[in-house]
Amino acid sequence: MEQFLQGIKDGTAIGIGYFSVSFTFGLAAVSSGLCWWEALLVSMMNLTSAGQFAGITVMAAAGSYIEMAVSQFVINLRYALMSISLSQKVDSEFKTGKKMVLGFANTDEIFAVAMSRKGEVSSRYFAGLGVLPYLGWTLGTLAGAVCGNILPKSISDALSLAIYGMFIAIVVPVVKRDRRIMKMTALAVVCSCCLFYLPIFQKISEGFGIILCAVTASGVGAVCFPLEEGQEEI
Amino acid sequence: METGNFWIYLLVMFGVTYAIRVFPFIVFHKKIENTYIRSFLAYIPYTVLGAMTFPAVLYATGSMVTAAAGVAAAFFAAYRGKGLFTVAVCASLTAFLTGIFLQAAGI
Repeated sequence: MEQFLQGIKDGTAIGIGYFSVSFTFGLAAVSSGLCWWEALLVSMMNLTSAGQFAGITVMAAAGSYIEMAVSQFVINLRYALMSISLSQKVDSEFKTGKKMVLGFANTDEIFAVAMSRKGEVSSRYFAGLGVLPYLGWTLGTLAGAVCGNILPKSISDALSLAIYGMFIAIVVPVVKRDRRIMKMTALAVVCSCCLFYLPIFQKISEGFGIILCAVTASGVGAVCFPLEEGQEEI
Repeated sequence: METGNFWIYLLVMFGVTYAIRVFPFIVFHKKIENTYIRSFLAYIPYTVLGAMTFPAVLYATGSMVTAAAGVAAAFFAAYRGKGLFTVAVCASLTAFLTGIFLQAAGI
């Protein structure tokens, strides 16, 4: 119980952040032609930002189901890497049944917070961690879908920075503490800028680009600066 | 192939996203011993977030100036050790105020 409550506490900031991000999703979903309850269902069943934005784009364009599957696969494939990382961090009581339910909540931010916890992660902690982000994500979508149009564009534009603010808040303290992570994160950023700006890489989708950059930088990190023997985490 | 059914789209989205998250989580239930793989996985959270943030964040607000101001504010707040929510608010608020300032200045 204590761990569950600690999880809820650690998830509060993510929940509030998600509210503002999913608000813009609700807004975008309705303006692309979905009803409010359709936007809400998409959020309840996916709990992912980039994938959902891509999803409503495919729906609006009446794309094929194959196209939908491929876009979701490519954009969300990074979660597979994260789930493998997370599988190494959870305790032995975190059994398959619990994984089938709680694995659903493995988002970028929940994952990063769980990984930055000292020691192993219990299922109770992880469940607590997921509660407020899930609520924030669904309620934010609902609010955005129902009353989004009354919000001026200048505010919704500014709100779209919230998710990146959360990313920065997760990375900066760790980078400050560990120079190896600083170098590899910088390398990932440089790769990402190259993919974005160099004409020869224009055909690579955003989701696949993220995987390429993360795998390259983490691979270089593993070879050049591996964990020392017995060291549990960076 | 017939397209355009909301429920099928929803089911495809859910199925793919859920499978990607849950299968690797279940399959890798033993501790990986290899130092290189463990190191690789330890770097993943930060390299993923880094690649997701740049350069995409600069285009998030529709104005590179307001976005850059927001990012600078976020870095400052995060460096000072502020939490997730505070940093996110700093970023949004700074971008918003910068936008107002630019508009007032007629830029």
